[in-house]
Amino acid sequence: MSSTSNTTVSTGGLPSRRNTELAMLVFAVLIPVFAYANVGLAKDGSLPAGMLGYGLGLGLMAGVAHLVVRRWAPYADPLMLPIATLLNGMGLVLIWRLDQEPQITTPSLGGPMAADQLIWSTVGVALFLGVLIFLKDHRILQRYTYISMVVALVLLASPIFIGEEINGARIWVQIPGVGSLQPAEFAKIIIAVFFAGYLMVKRDALALASRRVMGVYLPRGRDMGPILVIWAISLMILIFETDLGTSLLFFGIFVVMLYVATERTSWIIFGLLLSASGAVLVASTNAHVGDRVHNWLNPLERGANDGVTETANVMFSFGSGGLFGSGLGQGYSRLIGGIGAKSDYILATVGEELGLAGTMAIILLYALLIQRGMRTALAARDPFGKLLAVGLAGIFAIQIFVVAGGVTGLIPLTGMTMPFLAQGGSSVIANWALIALLLRISDTARRPAPAPAPNPDAEQTQVVRA
Amino acid sequence: MNKPMRRVSVFCGLLILALLVRVNWVQFVQADELQNHADNRRVTIERYSHPRGDIIVDGEPITGSRETDNPDFRYERTFTDGEMWAPVTGYSSQGFGASMLEGVHDSILTGDDDRLFFNNTVDMFTGEDQRGGNVITTLNADAQRAAFEGLGDAKGAVAAVNPETGEVLALASTPSYDPGTISGTGNEAGEAWLAYENAEDDPRVNRALRETYPPGSTFKVLTAAAALEHGLVEDVDTETETPSPYYLPETDQVELPNDADPGNFCEDATVRTAIRYSCNSVFAKLSDEVGNEQMIEMAEEFGFNEEHFVPIRTAMSSYPEDNRPQNAQAGIGQASNRATPLQMAMVASAIANDGTLMRPYMVDQLVAPNLNVIEQHDPEEMSQPVSPENAQMLQSAMETMVEESVIDVSGLGDVRVGGKTGTAQHGENNEETPYAWFISYAMTDEGSPVAVAVVVEDANVAREDVSGSGLAAPIAVDVMEAVLNGENAG
Repeated sequence: MSSTSNTTVSTGGLPSRRNTELAMLVFAVLIPVFAYANVGLAKDGSLPAGMLGYGLGLGLMAGVAHLVVRRWAPYADPLMLPIATLLNGMGLVLIWRLDQEPQITTPSLGGPMAADQLIWSTVGVALFLGVLIFLKDHRILQRYTYISMVVALVLLASPIFIGEEINGARIWVQIPGVGSLQPAEFAKIIIAVFFAGYLMVKRDALALASRRVMGVYLPRGRDMGPILVIWAISLMILIFETDLGTSLLFFGIFVVMLYVATERTSWIIFGLLLSASGAVLVASTNAHVGDRVHNWLNPLERGANDGVTETANVMFSFGSGGLFGSGLGQGYSRLIGGIGAKSDYILATVGEELGLAGTMAIILLYALLIQRGMRTALAARDPFGKLLAVGLAGIFAIQIFVVAGGVTGLIPLTGMTMPFLAQGGSSVIANWALIALLLRISDTARRPAPAPAPNPDAEQTQVVRA
Repeated sequence: MNKPMRRVSVFCGLLILALLVRVNWVQFVQADELQNHADNRRVTIERYSHPRGDIIVDGEPITGSRETDNPDFRYERTFTDGEMWAPVTGYSSQGFGASMLEGVHDSILTGDDDRLFFNNTVDMFTGEDQRGGNVITTLNADAQRAAFEGLGDAKGAVAAVNPETGEVLALASTPSYDPGTISGTGNEAGEAWLAYENAEDDPRVNRALRETYPPGSTFKVLTAAAALEHGLVEDVDTETETPSPYYLPETDQVELPNDADPGNFCEDATVRTAIRYSCNSVFAKLSDEVGNEQMIEMAEEFGFNEEHFVPIRTAMSSYPEDNRPQNAQAGIGQASNRATPLQMAMVASAIANDGTLMRPYMVDQLVAPNLNVIEQHDPEEMSQPVSPENAQMLQSAMETMVEESVIDVSGLGDVRVGGKTGTAQHGENNEETPYAWFISYAMTDEGSPVAVAVVVEDANVAREDVSGSGLAAPIAVDVMEAVLNGENAG
């Protein structure tokens, strides 16, 4: 396969792979449709009434998205859209499946959510289409470096002023008539644009014009200062909102992009030291975080009133799923209770009903998506595109690790959503936009270079290709 | 920028690898532990998601299952004549676990037993829900009813066995409770449970198997057997050289009186007479002469000093090591020796079965939902405490006792009935109401189909009216009648 080539410029023109994408999209739609049938048969012994609606909706979304990619980004990576569609479709099935449990679908918990999620997914795909159609070249974003910075800060700060606190975190903004949104989900993409734009300009200065202090090369303040300040402000805001998952995400993405831009390993060490000390500081001062760490270390311990904790119930879900799971619709992840079962803890339902096999499949789908993102970064020809792609793929990787690691008890739990899979409007919309950006960069990267201008010497220097 | 990017990619790969290792750890290595963790509600949900198998008496189930509207625990246990059968079935509660047969054969009843694997697999392929197997008991519903109704409002217990096989025929205990009241998880069940727990006499106690009492004079049968076996008396009609009153050995002339001995029959009485008049002096002396060591040995031959599993665990009846005066007193069942009603029924049954003690059991078969027998219990000899000749002599003495007493056995028809009454004192300085005992057996031409032990702890009667023949014997006679009628009908 020629796509294993890492050359950033290829004149021969790669195959566009659009038909591959289409074939895989068929699977990406069919698998959730079969999953619907499975849930319906397991719960009621009949095909669910909603199956046709969800199936058609998902199929239509995928079809339109494919056509738009074919027309406006013909050389884009063929795997990302099918993977996102499959994850989104499976997420819809899982949410719909959990909607069938009366105990976690009470009006106070928001009632059934699958239909809303389908609408949000449609909005997400619309945004995806919009990005592909109107953003002809990702380098245009470079012009908005500083505007991005302002927008990201405004988005991040907004919940402090107009938000409401839910479950110990102040990260939602209520928009009348629309519902609540998590601005941080959008801010993560916009801050990546800012980092990419700023670092692309300053990377040489950051890497070379540095003073040696105690064996470490430190960049000049005027190069480093602005980005450090912005980053610190966003972290402060997130900590103030106790949105720990997202602050970890921002921190991680900052370190990764800085490292890639400057090519200096010292940034990694510097970043790790900072994060370690920050983590200890937050864990020891913030009670909310302290609880999380305690739950992480003692997952099966009984909680207040001698009740079984959410953490324990999540572990029981995973354990009870075993290798192959109980089958869709036949598990008891509703025992986790509360609002988290459909959002933060949705992976537990995967674990219980699809088993270890299903969980690994889902994680590998994400891994594949991240890998395609990283490949796009490698293949991109311009430093801005490279940095942005690595940032976006990194966001994905860190988010997956933080959420899945938190839910499975690998690291302390910090509430964040499984991209595409979990219930949540902002998340699904933002992640579709993220995929659109990656597709746009990959399209530019894989697009054949314009044919060389005719040159009389060409005849003699032409390389004959076998 | 490609070099650090490759490193970042590898790092992302490591993050994914860590996740994969972690889910493998949780869902494969830890899966069993998590799956069966006590706090994992799935264990109980699964347990109550299908009806339990039944406990069967005389071909009829005495238990059942009822569908509830609880979303988690779909099936709840029901009991037919719960109060009557409680000492047999025990309870199977969603909130409080299970006891007695419900507890012992829980895995059969839920269908989780490994031996039901084949059945479950077939059910899985035919799309049927998992079903539980049944427990077929040896109990006799008529005998059980006679025992339970005979006890009535009194506090006490009855145990009846078939001497020839060891089959348990009746196990009654009063006051009793309806296990159905605590089957569920709701408030009602919780309140009922608390009420039982706080009751003066916990009705959940299985008095037939799990309580030990001073056996009183009924123990004299065992003492007589020991004396015969060790050759201290040649037969039941030889006079024993017993003074009356009798002074306990190694004591400062502590007198052991004979309670009901108007004509001074007890002096130098024969064993037959001594059993007839329940002479303390004779049996205390015999026990002393047999000696502590050999009394223990004989008691153990009859089943003392060990727990029995019928398959419900019984309390241990005891005949301990003791000093001479205590050992002499133990010979009349009024020292540190204690016995369960089942144990005393075993004593009577060994005598009735010509000296051979059959191991008691109450579960005949375990059957799979498709009625395949997965376990069959066969009668088993437990010991031979008394030789056939001596056993027959004891039978004749016990039969004399019944014949010459006020106990009305006319309803039993043409059978021989042997028995022994007992009135066991208890409480400090004998202040509390004495326990009324009666052990007996019925004997037809073909052998003995039933031996019974009855203990009445408290029947709300005046103290002087407490007697084995008055309170306990009529219940035993009713139980025997129920068994004999069943025999004749069958």
